[in-house]
Order: sequence, then C-alpha cells, then structure tokens
Amino acid sequence: MTRSMPLLAVAVAAACVLLGFFTRPGGQTDAVTAFGRLPVLAEGRIKPLDSVARSTLLVIQGYQDVTTPGGTELSPDEWLLDVFFSPEKADTYRVFEVDNQDLLSLLGRNEADLSIQRMSFGEIAPHIADIEAQEKLAEPVDAQSRTRFQSSVVQLYGNLVHYLRLRRAFAPDGTADFLTELLNLQGGLADGVAAVRAKEAGKPHDEARAAAMITEGQRFMEMGEATDLLAIPPDEGAGDPGAWNNAGHALLETFGQGYVNPSVLAYAGMGYAWRQNEPESFGHIVQMYGNSLAARYGAQVRKARVETIFNAAAPFYAGMWIFLAAFFFAAVSWIRWPEAARLSAWGLVALGWAVLTAGIATRMWLEGRPPVTNLYSSALFIGWGSVALCLVLESAFKNAIGTAAAGMIGFATLLIAHHLALAGDTLEMMRAVLDSNFWLGTHVVVVTTGYASTFLAGMLAVIYVLRGVFTRTLDKATADSLARMVYGIVCFATLFSFVGTTLGGIWADQSWGRFWGWDPKENGALIIVIWNALILHARWGGLVRQRGLMCLAIFGNIVTSWSWFGTNMLGIGLHSYGFTEAAFWWLSAFIALQLALIALANLPLEKWRSFRTA
Amino acid sequence: MTEILRQARSILVSLRLTVVLLAVSIVLIFWATLDQVHLGVWAVQQKFFHSFFVFVRLGDLQVPVYPGGYLIGGLLLANLVCAHAYRFKAGWRKTGIWMAHIGLIMLLVGEIVSGLVQEDYQMRLDEGETKNYSESVRLNELAIVDETDPRFDDVVAIPESILADGTVLQVPRLPFRVVPREYYPNSTLQMRSQAPGAPPSIANQGLGPQIAVTPAEVTYRQDERNTPAAFVELVGPDGSLGVWVVSPLLGMPQRFQCAGRSFRMAMRAQRHYVPYSVTLEKFSHDIYPGTDIPKNFSSRVRLNPPEGGPGREILIYMNNPLRYAGLTYYQASYDGEHTTILQVVRNPSWLVPYIACGAIALGLVIQFLIHLAGFARRRPS
Repeated sequence: MTRSMPLLAVAVAAACVLLGFFTRPGGQTDAVTAFGRLPVLAEGRIKPLDSVARSTLLVIQGYQDVTTPGGTELSPDEWLLDVFFSPEKADTYRVFEVDNQDLLSLLGRNEADLSIQRMSFGEIAPHIADIEAQEKLAEPVDAQSRTRFQSSVVQLYGNLVHYLRLRRAFAPDGTADFLTELLNLQGGLADGVAAVRAKEAGKPHDEARAAAMITEGQRFMEMGEATDLLAIPPDEGAGDPGAWNNAGHALLETFGQGYVNPSVLAYAGMGYAWRQNEPESFGHIVQMYGNSLAARYGAQVRKARVETIFNAAAPFYAGMWIFLAAFFFAAVSWIRWPEAARLSAWGLVALGWAVLTAGIATRMWLEGRPPVTNLYSSALFIGWGSVALCLVLESAFKNAIGTAAAGMIGFATLLIAHHLALAGDTLEMMRAVLDSNFWLGTHVVVVTTGYASTFLAGMLAVIYVLRGVFTRTLDKATADSLARMVYGIVCFATLFSFVGTTLGGIWADQSWGRFWGWDPKENGALIIVIWNALILHARWGGLVRQRGLMCLAIFGNIVTSWSWFGTNMLGIGLHSYGFTEAAFWWLSAFIALQLALIALANLPLEKWRSFRTA
Repeated sequence: MTEILRQARSILVSLRLTVVLLAVSIVLIFWATLDQVHLGVWAVQQKFFHSFFVFVRLGDLQVPVYPGGYLIGGLLLANLVCAHAYRFKAGWRKTGIWMAHIGLIMLLVGEIVSGLVQEDYQMRLDEGETKNYSESVRLNELAIVDETDPRFDDVVAIPESILADGTVLQVPRLPFRVVPREYYPNSTLQMRSQAPGAPPSIANQGLGPQIAVTPAEVTYRQDERNTPAAFVELVGPDGSLGVWVVSPLLGMPQRFQCAGRSFRMAMRAQRHYVPYSVTLEKFSHDIYPGTDIPKNFSSRVRLNPPEGGPGREILIYMNNPLRYAGLTYYQASYDGEHTTILQVVRNPSWLVPYIACGAIALGLVIQFLIHLAGFARRRPS
C-alpha cells in the first residue's frame, strides 16, 4: 500500500483539478454557458459576461453562488441573466451583504432579525432614499477616517448602484417586453423619423408618431445614462474597434442610421426568450450572436472563452487544497512511512506548483502583463516563488522539509489570494503611473521574489522550532541542514529584496525624479532588506547561533507581512473598516503567533523534546 | 588610556555595532512610516531622516529621544569604513563583500548629498502657454516688482522665511524698507463684506481694508498646500507708506507708487527662473473606456533655447522625462483637459544611486554565487 501511495495521492489530486475543467457550474445549460462567454467591455477591459457576474457577486455578497428564495441554486451566469432580463425575480434574491448593525436597523431590521445579514434589492428598495442621504453625508469623509457605519453605507450604496447599472444594461426599468417595443420601432421607423423631421421644419405631420419617436429617444437617452456596461460592439467597419457602446447609446443612433442596432436586438431577443422560458430559442439567439462576434472579434472571443473556463476551473482554489494535502503528507513522513509519504508530498507540491504556474501563465496571457500587477497577483506570485525555491531545497535535501514549507506557504498565500479576490475584478487595468511592463516585469517580480524568500526562511525556522519543541524528530543532522537552508535562503532573500528595492528606486527616479522618497511601501521594502542584512551580520559576527538564527528568521515573517499588508493599512487605527479591518485583525494574529513561536524557541533546551537527553 | 582607545576601536570595527545600528535604523524607519499619517512625508523626512536626533515635544520642551537618520547613517558609515580598513585582507573570496560595501558607502553619502542639494519645483502649463520658470510646491516669496520702465521688470523677491522671522529688510533697489508686521503660515481669506464679525485689520492700503484674514492650522497633507498671509508695512524716508496684506490667495498683484516709481507687489509660489523657456503645445489624456482610471497622459512641449531659433519638440510622458540643462521635467499630474503639471527636479547627484546600486547588486550576486558553489560542494550526498 505504501509503495503506491505517492502515485495514488497525485492521481487523485490531478483528477480533482481536471474535473474542474469539465464540470459546468451548477449544472447550467450549454446555452447559459455560451451566454457567459459573450465578451463585453467593462471596467476598461473586454471580458466575458461570466467574469462580470462573478466579480459583481464577490463584491456585493462575498461568494459566487446565489440561492433563490425558493431554494434553487443559481450559477453566476444564471443570476446575471435574471438581473438583466427578469429583474423582478432577481430583486428577490438576497445577494447584498449588510454587516453593520446600525445600517441594518436603518434598513428596517428590528432587534430580533439583526443576525440575518443578507438582503435582497426588493427588501432594501423602500429605504433607498435614507441610504442615499446617509451616503451623501459619509462620502466626503476620508475613506480612512470613516466610522464603520459610514463605510458600510458607502459600500452598500456603491453595490446598489453597481446592481442597478447591470439591471438597466439592456432594457429600461419596468419594461416587460423590450423586444416587441424595438421591433415596433423598427417597423415604423421611416414614418416616425419623417414625422419628427416635418415637425422640426414646422410642416404638417403626424403628431402622435412624432411624439412616440421623441419619447422613445428620451427612453434610450435615460437608458444610456443608467448603465456603464459597454456591451454593444462598434458597427462593422467602424473606425475604432475599441469604441464599444452601451445599449442605450447604441439605440440612440437608430434614428440617424435608420435601423435598430442588431446587437441590441440580439440581447433583447435573448431577454424575451429567457423571460418566456424558451431555452431552445434562447440558445439559438446566443449562438447566432456569438458566431457573428467570433467572425469580427476572433481574438477577444477566444480570450473570453478561456477566461470563462479559467473562472469555472478555479485552479488557485484547487491548488490551495493540494498544498494543504502536501503539508499533511510531509508532516506524516517525519513520523511514519518516511519514503512513501515524503514522495507523495513531493508529487503533490510539484502538481500544485504546475497548477499555479499554469494559472499565473493564463492570467499573464489574458492580461498581456508580467505576473504581478496588484496585491492579489503578488500573493499568487509569492506562493509560486516560495514553492519553486522549496522544490529546489527538497531535491537537494530530501528530508520533506522543503515540501512541508511549500505546503504551508502555498496554502497560506492562496488562501490570502482567495480573500483578496473579494475586492472585485483581479485582472483590473493598470493606472497610468504603473503602466510600464518593463518595470512591472523587473522591479515588481524581483522584489516579490525577495518577499517570498524571506517568508520561506521564516517558515523553515517555524518548522525547526515546532519539530524541535514538540517532536523527537529534529536530530542533529536535520537541525544542521535546516540551519543551512535558512542561511542560504536569507542570502538569497537579501540579494533579491535589495535588487528589487533598488530597481524600484530607479523606476521612481525615472518617473518622479527622486530615487528614494520614504514612502510607506518603499520603507517596508527597505526594512526587509535591512532585516535580512542584520540576520547575516549577526551570524557572521557570531552573535547568534542556530536557535538565534531561527528566531531572527521567524521575526522576518513579521517584518515581511507588515511590509506586504501593514503599509496598506496605515492610518486606519480605530476607524478601521470592511476588508482592511479583517485583514488588520489577521495581520495582528499572525504577528502574535510569530512572537509566540519566538518565545517557544527561547525555551531552555531541556524543555525541547528533540534535545532532551533523558 | 590606550586601553580605552583600543576598546573604542574594537567597538567601532565590530559587527555587533553593525547589527545594533541596523536594528536601530529599522525602528527609526518603522516609526517614521507610522508618523507619516500625521505629519506627511516631507515633515517626516525632516524630523526623522534629515536630522541627528528625533525630537519629541514634552510640555514646552523639545526633547531628543532617538537617534536620527544623519546620526545612524554617519555611525554606520564610520563602522563600515573602519571595519573594512581594519580587517582588510586581499583575496578574491571577499570581492563581492567589498563591492557591496563600497556601493553602500556611495549610496549613503549620495543620499545625504541629494538630501542637501536636491530641489523640487512644479511647472503648470496651459496649452499654448510659455514659461521660463518653475514654481516651488511648498515655499512662497513676496515679489516686489518695479515696473517703471516698460521695457523690463525689476524684481525683488523676498523669501517667506524672512517674513516669518519678522526681519526688517532694506535693499538698495527699493526706495523703502519692508517691515513684516504679522505672518500666518496658513490662512484663509474672506471679503470683509461676507465676514461682518471679523476683527479690524491692520492693513490700510491696497486690498487690505476689504480683506479679512483668518489664521488656519498648518497642514502636512500631501494633497494640500499651506496658503500663508502676511501684513507688511512699507516705510519710506519720509515715514510709513501704509500696511498691505499679501497672500498667494489674493490672485492679483497690488500696485502703488513711491518716489516717482511704480511698483506691484504679490506673494506667490517661489519661482525658479531658467534662461530658456518651455511651451505646452498639446496635452493628451486617455482613460480606460467606461471607467475613470487614467490610461496615460502626456505633454508635447516645445523647448525654446536661450540663443533663440525654432527650438525642439519633445513628448514628456510617464517614465519618459525630459532632461535639460541640469533639470529634469517629469509628467506629474494634470488639471482638466488642457493643463499639464510637470515636476521639475534639480539633482546633480542623480547618477550616484545608479552606480552605487549597480556595485552592490553585482557584489551580492558574486558573493551569492561563491556561497552557492561552496554550499553545493559541502552538501551531503
């Protein structure tokens, strides 16, 4: 049994990953999946509707699936279809997370049901005027000095606006049958336009027709103002292929060009079929529209397709559990089945790293950017870099320490990334000041590798302390090899964090005319460099030995986590909020844990199970 | 005596001192980073890094509580130089360490130098506008311009600090003394008609009587600017000409006559003139469609050289500055669709960090490779 353990473990994990590519979320139909793949332009980039649905749900409720009041599970795509085309249904789904008690009572909740923190748009709607008034009061306050109530109000208001913009993307509010309206418009368009022209010229005209035309135009105008989803591609042969439009503005051109925009008609058709629950004609329209797009936007449609598959497969989520399993096997190998469990751990780490590599590579291809562009991708990359170093260590030392560290760091960084994704689209556009693939590719990658290796040194030291204090498995050879690993990784970390920080200085000098500005993020990176240098000098000077080195390396975890996250939380103090507050709590807990580990490392040696001579 | 000297030397060259100083510097940087929330980055630099001690206010006293950047940096420098001089041994195994530390010395010295000599200005240009000066972001000056001769202006610029100190100023080019009477480092101005309750002003000339000045708290925020106000009395040979109020908020100069000459006076951002001029031909600015995230911004400028002629056209954009005559022009910001804001920096030592960091990085790589080779050899099979 033990001999086949590695193969079995890796095969099971690989099967779980592959399954992600073939199962459809929530068992939705092919037509709905195809709908999710339709590309639109939102938040500055062309992406599939599936990504719009998922990132919206993450932002407003914190996870991706929706349960209807009737208990049916909806996939993100099905939810988005309801928002677009059956808003009266979507308004009953409890997708808005309201986590502030004061805000809940503003929304009419009484003491008894304050614990239910999810509300539907329909439940919130009667209080929108109150929310708007409170938001107007809170909005001018600096984001960092808002109270919890203020930031909750601002956040909820933003989420409501976001939701309404989607709800009004393809039809004006309260329209039951937009398709028929558009078809009628199409039919009477020539006469109507003629009537309006005659009216403007002061000639005799059909007043009813002209008035209908003008009303229609006003409706489209309002529609155009009410949404920011640019779902309608520019006309064939138009000058600028990036000039996507929203449905309202595209419809306004009907009167000038003499026909209703076919893409808007297609969406109205999908809406009609979806409302009437005619899956066949729905699928048919989606397919026709998708084919017409594919002919003109081959590259974008391909990317949107890959992104949809990527969304559903969730490789980073799968990777997270693979790394956890790897850690488990590595720890087991120190107690039983040394060879089989060690190899299983190694195989799992290698698989996890391959999944991570593929995921990061896909993101890079989708974005056309180097790997690290925001906090989310820095978490992925720190995981990737540390795990790569661990694989090197493990192939050199073969004592499951590298794989254990890989499991821990891989799991932790992917867990962090998972929570960072709640902030919205993780493939966001780069602000002008950061728009430089050269510097993103050099400075950011190198400095992130520096972070990754400093964490790795700390994790190895944690393994040293835990194994030494709580188990008898830390023999002299293992202890010495751990010390050598930590020392080597600290050297590596010094090099990378220094070079990375320096490259950042050069970038700053190129773009702002100062090499160094004592900005919090710069200071954070500098502190990591100095801390690594301190470890090396303390060791060279004989000021610390093995255990001292481990303590310093563990403290490196504190230094690095503060630089990575703490510098983003400056100034929150008492008035912290939302995600950052949770992150602040976790950061504090992490720091406390590291301090506890350092205290543990300072127990007298006779208290260490491994070193007890009895 | 020699015993004490020897002890001092062994401390000065010791790695223990290095480690202590590194730890002390980490605490300094950490504290400074936290303090930025209250002080803003510029004041933090003055308080923590460009100082020998960090002072904390206790009651009315400023008490030095912690070594500042200059002290720690200086000690590190001394430690570094002494240790290397004392322990110098030729040999290739230490090449990397040597290079890294020489680079580090350059970096420390270069940072101190650039802290002393670097100057920062901004140039704000509307499309079509030409300027031969840039303006300070923080400092103001009182400009008194003799415009008697229509062919040129004769400018006397008085730095804000002189107004703040209250120093009485007499210069040969002005037929009067300038007597600062009151000075507020930050203030707001109102028309007196809109502030009926305001106390009477000591200003009796120019716009003075119509303006009510309210002192405001000094701001350290990066996105805000202090707007000082001052009351200055001009005293001619035959007695006082009166008291004026001056502030960059007034927006227009105040004119007066004295000894048959005409003057205008205004407090404005301190200017730095250059012998050439810069014209903004076109400012472009894109956002990502459907968002308000800036995608890029760039300024097409014409550089008009001092010797005349057509000049040359340059595109300044993010990460692509213009370097000319010792100054560097960066695309910093913009205001509306047709106004660019360029950051103008004079830093003669800008190349030092490049060389220093190159040396350190190379040194570290060499040392890392030496270690790696040794590590690979010693590794148990």
